[in-house]
Amino acid sequence: MKFTLSWLRDHLDFTASLDEILAKLNGIGLEVESVHNPADSLKGFRVAKILEAHRHPDADRLQVCVVAAGGGFEKVQVVCGAPNARAGLHVIFAPPGTHIPGSDITIKAGKIRGQESNGMLCSYRELALGEEADGIAELAENVVLGQAFAEYAKVDDPVIEISITPNRGDALSVRGIARDLAAAGIGRLRPWLVETVEGTFPSPVSWRIDYPEACPYVAGRLVRGVRNGPSPDWLRRRLEAIGLKPISALVDVTNYLTHDLGRPLHVFDAAKIAGGTLTLARAARESFTALDGRDHVLGTDDLVIVDHAGVQSLAGIMGGAATGVSEETTDVFLEAALFDPVRIALTGRRLGIHSDARQRFERGVDPALVLPGLEAATRLILDLCGGVASEIVQAGEPPGWQRDAWLRFGRIAGLGGVEIAPDDAVRTLEHLGFEVLDREETRARFAVPSWRNDIAMTVTLDQAPHLDPERAQTAAAEVHAIEAECDLIEEVLRLHGVDAVPPVMLPRAAMVPAATVAPGQARNGLVRRLCAARGLMETVGFSFVAHEDAALFGTATDGLRLLNPIASDLDQLRPSPLPNLVRAWQRNVARGLEGAGLFEIGPSFSPTGQTLILAGLRGGLTPRFPGVPAREATLWDAKADLDAALAALGVPGEAVSVTADAAGHYHPGRSGQVRQGPKIVLGAFGELHPAVLREMGADGPLVAFELFLDAVALPKNRRRAALALSPFQPVRRDFAFLAGPEVEVGAVLRAARGAERGLIGEARLFDVYEGTPLEPGFRSLGVEIVLQPAHASLTDAEIETVCAKVVAAVEKATGARLRR
Amino acid sequence: MSDDLDGLREETLAALRGAQDHAAWDAVRVGTLGKSGRLTLLLKELGRMDPETRRQRGQALNRLRDELTAAVERRGEEIAAAALDARLHAERVDVTMPPPQTESGLLHPIMRTIDEMTAIFGAMGFSVAEGPDIESQWHNFSALNTPDHHPARTEHDTFYLPPAVESGPERVLRTQTSGVQIRTMLTREPPFRIIAPGRTYRADHDATHSPMFHQCEGLVIEKGVTLGHLKGCLIEFLRAFFGKPQLPVRFRASYFPFTEPSMEVDIGWSRQTGEIGGGMDWLEVLGSGMVHPRVLANCGLDPAEWQGFAFGMGIERLTMLKHGIPDLRSFYESDLRWLRHYGFPALSAVSLAEGV
Repeated sequence: MKFTLSWLRDHLDFTASLDEILAKLNGIGLEVESVHNPADSLKGFRVAKILEAHRHPDADRLQVCVVAAGGGFEKVQVVCGAPNARAGLHVIFAPPGTHIPGSDITIKAGKIRGQESNGMLCSYRELALGEEADGIAELAENVVLGQAFAEYAKVDDPVIEISITPNRGDALSVRGIARDLAAAGIGRLRPWLVETVEGTFPSPVSWRIDYPEACPYVAGRLVRGVRNGPSPDWLRRRLEAIGLKPISALVDVTNYLTHDLGRPLHVFDAAKIAGGTLTLARAARESFTALDGRDHVLGTDDLVIVDHAGVQSLAGIMGGAATGVSEETTDVFLEAALFDPVRIALTGRRLGIHSDARQRFERGVDPALVLPGLEAATRLILDLCGGVASEIVQAGEPPGWQRDAWLRFGRIAGLGGVEIAPDDAVRTLEHLGFEVLDREETRARFAVPSWRNDIAMTVTLDQAPHLDPERAQTAAAEVHAIEAECDLIEEVLRLHGVDAVPPVMLPRAAMVPAATVAPGQARNGLVRRLCAARGLMETVGFSFVAHEDAALFGTATDGLRLLNPIASDLDQLRPSPLPNLVRAWQRNVARGLEGAGLFEIGPSFSPTGQTLILAGLRGGLTPRFPGVPAREATLWDAKADLDAALAALGVPGEAVSVTADAAGHYHPGRSGQVRQGPKIVLGAFGELHPAVLREMGADGPLVAFELFLDAVALPKNRRRAALALSPFQPVRRDFAFLAGPEVEVGAVLRAARGAERGLIGEARLFDVYEGTPLEPGFRSLGVEIVLQPAHASLTDAEIETVCAKVVAAVEKATGARLRR
Repeated sequence: MSDDLDGLREETLAALRGAQDHAAWDAVRVGTLGKSGRLTLLLKELGRMDPETRRQRGQALNRLRDELTAAVERRGEEIAAAALDARLHAERVDVTMPPPQTESGLLHPIMRTIDEMTAIFGAMGFSVAEGPDIESQWHNFSALNTPDHHPARTEHDTFYLPPAVESGPERVLRTQTSGVQIRTMLTREPPFRIIAPGRTYRADHDATHSPMFHQCEGLVIEKGVTLGHLKGCLIEFLRAFFGKPQLPVRFRASYFPFTEPSMEVDIGWSRQTGEIGGGMDWLEVLGSGMVHPRVLANCGLDPAEWQGFAFGMGIERLTMLKHGIPDLRSFYESDLRWLRHYGFPALSAVSLAEGV
């Protein structure tokens, strides 16, 4: 919403400075977006007169002019290229040093083809005030030479733009803004009275409403014998100042009142209306050409105004091209109506039409201003265009808008946290147009003014579907009265300034607060720090990826595909952060950046629901160092990351098993899943499948892991067992097992560890050998066993016995034999 | 001292001087003081002497043994020290060489900010609540007094997903984390104080909008909590978050469908330098208000009994302001240069004890 300071003065009598007004607007919820004074860019320009004009001796198209521009510039020589420069003409003169906004240059004194030129004669385009550039601007005769042009042109008038929140349709008018400012203590609201125009003949056009849900009430009248043409200067200037293009007096009057009073109106050229009735009806599925020249396809919920020839207006949004007024219009039919805000909003949104009328109707206009608005428009049309007005025709009924609301004064402090005296609160509301209906010691009842359709409105709840009925009913019982009271408290606080509410600390239940995050959330923080400490860079990727990428890393079902993606590569909710990590890896490689693994903990989506996945990715070569050659990342790096994360989450290595059946995006021979029990999969690791990388255009090999955080049970909050430290030295023994192709190391270690529980502390793999003299596919596994006696040092015989058990257990479980 | 002892002494001392390494030194030691060393042999001869000679000879021998033992030890230490010197000299390396590089990982600034918000609000008695990214329209809009025709529900703002059940309503990617507030009100009995940091989505992509971003919303439902508490809580948060105890904070009346009264919150800053807390300008950072009675009633809380406040802020926005990060889109590009520049050390704690 834009307005000028001088326009505000029409409605508000004030002495406050511009800055005070801006600060107040911000404070009361009318947020200032911008302030612009056109005069600021017109500094230096003066009104002048050309005294003499002669052809330039050395240039056919230039003239040497002598200009009078008031004090200090009585006789200035200026070389000018405009064809219309001539003696006696009143012009705009820019002395040296003036900045020319239209061409962004600063004028300097100099010589043009040998002739001195001490300034410039300007066109409107050079002042950034218009398009015409055929020559210099020609001013009227009666000017004061040397007057600042901004003053002459009456543009020294700040334009203020404020953003209006959706609840404040009433503030989409200069009058509404003035009313708020007056209630907030800036000046006094001037009375607004409209002069009623008596109709002298019955209107030949009448109304009919066939769609009362969308239009409860409409009024209109005909003005006969008008002369339509350009509006007078004052009106053109006001419209131009707020960015509206003056069109013709009849159209300008409707635009003017839309902004002045927040009362949108429409004018039909009565000669173009077919038949004598305008009907408000549902549109058929038809096409309609609006005043903006665009064609729109209408639906049956859209409200239109039709005559015998068809749709003539998209009611409340935009008029039609066919019945629009023109210079030739002599009889004009004026429309003022009330429309259902929701239907206007839905139609406007669907058709993508943004108009000043729609903006106001969808927020709700003042229901009591239909006839006064019509009268005001009639008066202006008669003043500007002449003619005679018909009687007013109406259809439907003005809907009842009267509402009232109680305010318990104690609630101002109870909700708002600030003490405001009851009398002050009442006065504030009265300034806003509320009327006191009842006044008691502790409370008062107010009538809500017609223009405040955001206050004490009927409440339609949308309660949670599965609420306990009794609970739902209790919650709903008093909501209307409480909301209405909140509305009033909000008005009082707004105008007193929420900034004046004293801040108070929240009360403390305890000096030391309880934990802020749940154990599961804290655990995620732990693995996040762990991954970074292990050299992985944390990233944040979009939750949606390309459909094709998602399919490579899991399922890409339609149920998880966005209906309205902003881009085709952001259309599918991701099954894992891995596709994001691979893409990020690729982008970094493309920039020549390498050498860091990446990880993300983020939401991941599958048909069974949303889960949290920690995914990590490593690739490329480690940095070279003397004596330490670079090496590629291997799946063991990924497995180590995963194991470390699991350990941090309190999942011990003994509790899990690894199976070689990871999902399809992993290399089938170089990947595994970490399981806990037969059903729970905690994570996966391995090389990414070369085909997946090829599909994504990524250079491999890349290794990755995923940890399904939701699958990891929270450790039970148990006290740790007492620690028994043995005084006896551990004994280490090495074994070499010959393992056939089917033997898994995990099984060998598990069997070795379990051969003598209580004595064997650890079984570790320290070497793997393949090659001659072993048969192909066979491996020699070096395994170290640590024996930890608890009660006495082991004798050689005891050690021999345990070793024999290890060999036997491994052979029994896996078939691997001790290598001799 | 007899000549032979003098000779032994001189020879031994000369031999010690001549010994340059451990082996030579040890040969001298053994040759003189060892089991069959020359001095040891002389001592063994004492037994065959008469008492007087033995006494005199014994004293001389003992003196000589003590002297030579000391000399041998001394020379031994010298040789050991020289050997160590030589070894240390030989082992010298070019310490200006860089050590083997291990890539260090860093934490993303968004996560850092969430941790900081958690720490500050945690100190004020809040706990962190979570909810799903895919929401029903009721949780994301209707419950929050944002009816069907509200502009926030237009296709331009909201990402839609197919209905969960056939011919049911379309699901949405949450446009705000308010759904978490709704779930909290439905499942917990007040009083409570929660914050809900998380991912949010809007169908918008340009220099200042990302289709995914993070918000942190807060909700307090508690008897007797007023707009004054809202202000106290948010002022406290902003000053702690930016580490500026005097940070100017301004509240302006505004409108949101889910709060009444509603306020926008500005902090003081300098438009020219970008300095937070300096300059004469105001910068909007937060939206807030008293929870709308309809929202309470929609969630089954009696507005005659309960009241409270809610607020919401953009995590990226506050992160950009705090750390001077210019471009929103860079948060999600995973450019290693950006991550290395703006990331936080893995083991840096976010606690009020160490300062956020």
